[in-house]
Amino acid sequence: MEFLGLYHYWVFVVLLMIGFYAVVAKVNLIKKLIGLSIFQSAVFLLYITMSKVSGGTAPIFSEKITGVLYSNPLPQVLILTAIVVGISTTALGLGIVVRIKEEYGTTEEHEIQEIDRR
Amino acid sequence: MTVLFGVLLLTLLVITAVAIVRTKNLFVAVMLLGIFSLLIAANFFLLDAADVALTEAAVGAGISTVLFLGALALTSEFEHAATPHRWLSLAVVTGAALVVLYATFDKPEFGDPNAPVHQHVAPWYLQKTPEYIDIPNVVTAVLGSYRGYDTLGEVFVVFTAGIGVLFLLSARRGPAGRRRPDQAHDPAIGLRSHVIPLVVSRLLAPFILLFGLYVQFHGEYGPGGGFQAGALIAAAFILYALIEGEERTLRVLPQGALNALMVGGALLYGGVGVVGMLEGAEFLNYSVLAANPVKGQQLGIILIEAGVGMTVTGVLLSIFHAFAARDRA
Amino acid sequence: MKIALDILSWVLLTAGGVFVLVGGIGALRMPNLYTRMHAASVTDTMGAILVIAGVMIQAGFTLVTIKLAAILLFLLITSPTASYALGNAAMLAGIKPDAGSAADPEKAP
Repeated sequence: MEFLGLYHYWVFVVLLMIGFYAVVAKVNLIKKLIGLSIFQSAVFLLYITMSKVSGGTAPIFSEKITGVLYSNPLPQVLILTAIVVGISTTALGLGIVVRIKEEYGTTEEHEIQEIDRR
Repeated sequence: MTVLFGVLLLTLLVITAVAIVRTKNLFVAVMLLGIFSLLIAANFFLLDAADVALTEAAVGAGISTVLFLGALALTSEFEHAATPHRWLSLAVVTGAALVVLYATFDKPEFGDPNAPVHQHVAPWYLQKTPEYIDIPNVVTAVLGSYRGYDTLGEVFVVFTAGIGVLFLLSARRGPAGRRRPDQAHDPAIGLRSHVIPLVVSRLLAPFILLFGLYVQFHGEYGPGGGFQAGALIAAAFILYALIEGEERTLRVLPQGALNALMVGGALLYGGVGVVGMLEGAEFLNYSVLAANPVKGQQLGIILIEAGVGMTVTGVLLSIFHAFAARDRA
Repeated sequence: MKIALDILSWVLLTAGGVFVLVGGIGALRMPNLYTRMHAASVTDTMGAILVIAGVMIQAGFTLVTIKLAAILLFLLITSPTASYALGNAAMLAGIKPDAGSAADPEKAP
């Protein structure tokens, strides 16, 4: 069980860094947005990993099941909000990318900077 | 067995993420992002987060893929340049990874019931929900009532994103940008010449709508609620738009109705809060909405979930129409 | 009786897993897009039916079984539609249903 817990945290670090690398190193704007999406998913994974109680179950009461351990509902609520906020931000970002493409003719960051410099 | 399954899912996640970043074809990257969202939704379910898994599957794997594809149709499909400063970026990323990895060794043990996160507020929520709110799904109780202020802020964020995209993409394009609709791309026709998707989507769209309404109203009894329901209802209309053409969908549910849904949902949520104030209690205190405080809480949660569902549906559909109509503007 | 049902559900689940594996191997090893889709459709049909049937036997005669049957029905309706849309899009994009010169050993290259 401990290996699984540590594995969750390592995968969180790896996913975080993969998303971070895509945001920092790639020049295509849509690739950056995809990397941001991966970064956000890694953070969600961390929170939900912290909310799990071993031997617990989903925090939904039922008359048939009593006296059982429940997992923590609070991080789940935070992540529910965060997922929807993430998709809103992504949608707005994609709208900006579409407008940039129409104005500059390209979605590659270095070409946009080149056009701006002229 | 659960250990094996968890390890397998997490490994697949990492492999998919590496593939997403390395591929040069953006279409492939978006499809892999859909698979990534579905895998992480399965992982959430394995970690007892049923509501979060449903939201991630509906919003991440469903709506997000459609939005990315809509944006890809308006920009280019391929990523042109190689990455400059690759080794510097890798060095920075590796350094940051080592720091965060060092921090994970101090983390509490996985599943430990005595971890700090399980100590302060969470046992109180689990204990007091049957007494104060009396609904089976504690996540909805926390989302709607105990942390209702956060959810109000989130509805406003979704609303802001909606009007932001409408501002950005409603302006008419210049004549150079307009593309003459040819036979294959005529938005008035859609995909109606293909019989199989036509029949199947006409068969399925009412059931998707029904399921969306089911999820909306059963948020208190099982995984569900406003966000998932909004995404599902928007998905039903998006399916209809893909097959029948975007203009026909605008005749079925016009932009005015979508605006009304967007604004009405946020107003409903805020209105419930203000009604609480008018009755003499604080903002967003539902206990004064009915004679019995517990019934008042349940009524308040139903109303605000309806508001959330309305806003999310209106915003997601408006964003889809903004992207889809951009070509023929 | 319960043991017999358990064994039956395990047999169904394992058979479903075998079909999913076969579909996965086929999707990797086939030469062309269309043949790969054909192999993946094994997963969608036999794999899904056997796995869900196995889980339904585990659930017994409860509401969960009816929900699982509904899921199976929707899966069986939507997967072939998706395959059709994929195949149609591939045709429109210009990918020809041609397995390459490896398919016909008599034809001169």
